[in-house]
Amino acid sequence: MGEVLVLMEGIEKTFPGVHALSQCQFELRAGEVHALVGENGAGKSTLVKVLTGVYTKDAGRIFYKGKEVEIPNPRVAQELGISIIHQELNLMPHLTVAQNIFIGREPRRGIRFLLNEKEINQKTKQLLDMIHLDLDPRTKVADLTVAKQQMVEIAKALSYNSEVLIMDEPTSALSDAETQELFRIIRQLRDKGVGIIYISHRLEELKQISDRVTVMRDGRYIDTVRTQDVTIDKIISMMVGREIYETSRANPENASQEVVLEVKNLNRGRVIKNVSFNLKRGEILGFAGLMGAGRTEVARAIFGADPIDSGEIYVKGKKVDIKSPRDAVKCGIGYLSEDRKRYGLMLGMDVETNIVLATIEKFLGFLGWVNKARVRAEAQSHVDELRIKTPGLQQKVKYLSGGNQQKVVIGKWLARDCEILIFDEPTRGIDVGAKSEIYKLLNDLAESGKSIIMISSELPEILRMSHRIAVMCEGRITGELSASEATQERIMQYATMRENRENDARYSSVSVPDATALGG
Amino acid sequence: MESRPVTVKDKAILEDRAKDKAVLRRSLFRSDATQKILAFASLIVMFVVFSLASPNFAKFNNIIGILLATAVNGVLAVGVTFVIITGGIDLSVGTVMTFASVMTGVFITFWKLPIIIGVLGGVAAGALCGFINGSITAKMKIPPFIATLGMMMIAKGLSLVISGTRPIYFIDTPVFSKIAMGSVLGIPNAVLVFFGAAIIASLILTKTVLGRYTFALGSNEEAARLSGINVDAWKIAIYTLGGIFSGLAGVMMASRLNSAQPALGQGYELEAIAAVVIGGTSLSGGEGTILGTVIGAFIMSVLTNGLRILSIPQEWQTVVIGVIVIAAVYADIIRRRGQ
Repeated sequence: MGEVLVLMEGIEKTFPGVHALSQCQFELRAGEVHALVGENGAGKSTLVKVLTGVYTKDAGRIFYKGKEVEIPNPRVAQELGISIIHQELNLMPHLTVAQNIFIGREPRRGIRFLLNEKEINQKTKQLLDMIHLDLDPRTKVADLTVAKQQMVEIAKALSYNSEVLIMDEPTSALSDAETQELFRIIRQLRDKGVGIIYISHRLEELKQISDRVTVMRDGRYIDTVRTQDVTIDKIISMMVGREIYETSRANPENASQEVVLEVKNLNRGRVIKNVSFNLKRGEILGFAGLMGAGRTEVARAIFGADPIDSGEIYVKGKKVDIKSPRDAVKCGIGYLSEDRKRYGLMLGMDVETNIVLATIEKFLGFLGWVNKARVRAEAQSHVDELRIKTPGLQQKVKYLSGGNQQKVVIGKWLARDCEILIFDEPTRGIDVGAKSEIYKLLNDLAESGKSIIMISSELPEILRMSHRIAVMCEGRITGELSASEATQERIMQYATMRENRENDARYSSVSVPDATALGG
Repeated sequence: MESRPVTVKDKAILEDRAKDKAVLRRSLFRSDATQKILAFASLIVMFVVFSLASPNFAKFNNIIGILLATAVNGVLAVGVTFVIITGGIDLSVGTVMTFASVMTGVFITFWKLPIIIGVLGGVAAGALCGFINGSITAKMKIPPFIATLGMMMIAKGLSLVISGTRPIYFIDTPVFSKIAMGSVLGIPNAVLVFFGAAIIASLILTKTVLGRYTFALGSNEEAARLSGINVDAWKIAIYTLGGIFSGLAGVMMASRLNSAQPALGQGYELEAIAAVVIGGTSLSGGEGTILGTVIGAFIMSVLTNGLRILSIPQEWQTVVIGVIVIAAVYADIIRRRGQ
């Protein structure tokens, strides 16, 4: 390992209501892959956003190559030589691959104002060749698969010739072969002396790729260790640092055999292909898959939020025709969206209103007046049942924590007497403590006879919670596993079962030891 | 050529090539192109129908009339196309046009400045309004709908105040009216100015950095920001450019009427936006073309002209255009759903 590239110390960052970073430190050397790990909400992303000028720190110092620097915006970070590949893809879908890569620093010609499209395309081609990506630079990004879009992001970061490269969950949408290809590129860059900050939830990857690991928890720095000196278990215990709710593996025998929901040959454009499955009373059915596999699309289709091309849905053995969310709710299906702030809640309104919103007809009295007392009683009962931490029913939902917001959404559907609940990434963006409460809640709901579909990208969560697991890839269900036969490896294997193996074929020149190990 | 067995890799490459071709085909028949072809086809169909319906329609003078009628709205629409591609909107283009023509009147008739100064001053007045629109949107974070709604009223009010609510005539400077009404080879200058403006706009949109960032902002503003683009500055530049086109339209309007009419202007913004939308530019941003907008503007004036020649009352012409706007956007939605 070479000189110290980045040194951060005493970093503080507070958002309204959240102390996101407190006395954080971090060191990156040239020619190392430095993994940054921690549970959701531990502050990893915030820390790198401070380093890349997306957020400004409240206090603390940043040194770059020994000199103290201020990084007030992303441009300054880029000029210093610090690039980041964000977790959420940051591409412009209407522009081409080449236009995306060179956005902000297009080669010019003539009077400095004209674009040199030819040069952009040529340079992009070279760049793509370098990472063995066979793509036409003139392809619109909207026409690419998520995995290819990810590769474009990587090519973009590479094009800055950065000395510091930050990757935030780069493999979340990649297949094994693609991941190995990414690792090959990372090693190549490391050997050139680039310092790489690697953020990932997939701890098994760290062993393969990282030299050192820094662990964060609840916005604090915990420790930095050499990867080869620690076990994954040790890293996990550093990350968690406290007792979290662990259920014994869900027992498939508990579920009854009564099928409450059956979906047959569901199709919708390119995103849902011939999806069939069933859901039993009291069961938690996990939906696993990579980003963009079509899980949310299936949920939205069943819920009537998107029109379907073909397919049949049976609720309790009766064929139903769901054309809108209203129909779905009538059939007793509730959907808790991935992005609860956008689709699940009215943030500016209070807890009470949010809970009874979908049920308001029940409380209408003479001339359509709302019976306030009954509304209050109903809302209070759900607040108690779900143990929603709120100062009162009149509290605006936006002031609650993520976990409690999630509970308000659950309360809404319980008030509506939904028998079938679809949870889309129920624990995304909520802290470890609230997470375990949500797990408990899901189990309680299942035990009380509700049937649950849980979409999650976190494999441990899927494995811990599900009675059965359906795995999707590119719009198809590629496998179904019972709780007892499911392992992370088997799920990943199904999750990357692409229809055409073009990616694997292209990377066939690369040795892929781990992929074969997984395939076995 | 040496022959060798086809390997898995070759197959993958072939498959990929086929896919590339499919993508190309799709982008030809699917994205911006469809709407443009559709719009162009409708324009041709209308032309043919009106020509058959009335012998007067296809006459040279009437065609020139249509071109002339398109010029002002066309220039406005071209300007607002930029703003709409960023995902924004500019409701002030109509009254800013009026403001620009009033200012031209002030410069030339009241202050007796040279015509060229009056023309440039009018365009600059439009640019200033656009600059303010952009600044309010970018710096004060006020949604463009509200910001430009405010500017629409401000420009309208100022036009009336400055002119004393009376038209300003260019009596001392007969040359001024030549700007729009003079002609080259029988084609009125206004039409030439419109075509010139459209060609320049198209070049800016497709060949320059400003154009690239116009699309980038509309496609994913956050990504643009994270790529180190000074989003605020470019947004202000784009609204200012829109203002320049409004200013140009104002000068042409003043020249054509040989007077600055302070009460005119409101309603023009909606016709301009309608032309943009008919031309296939998406109101959600990220896509659009100047050619589409020009076709859109022509569709509106051909329709108006044709219906008038068929003696359909003006009230009904407005109804028809309203239906066309909705149909055009609906066609766009259908196309998107198919993806």
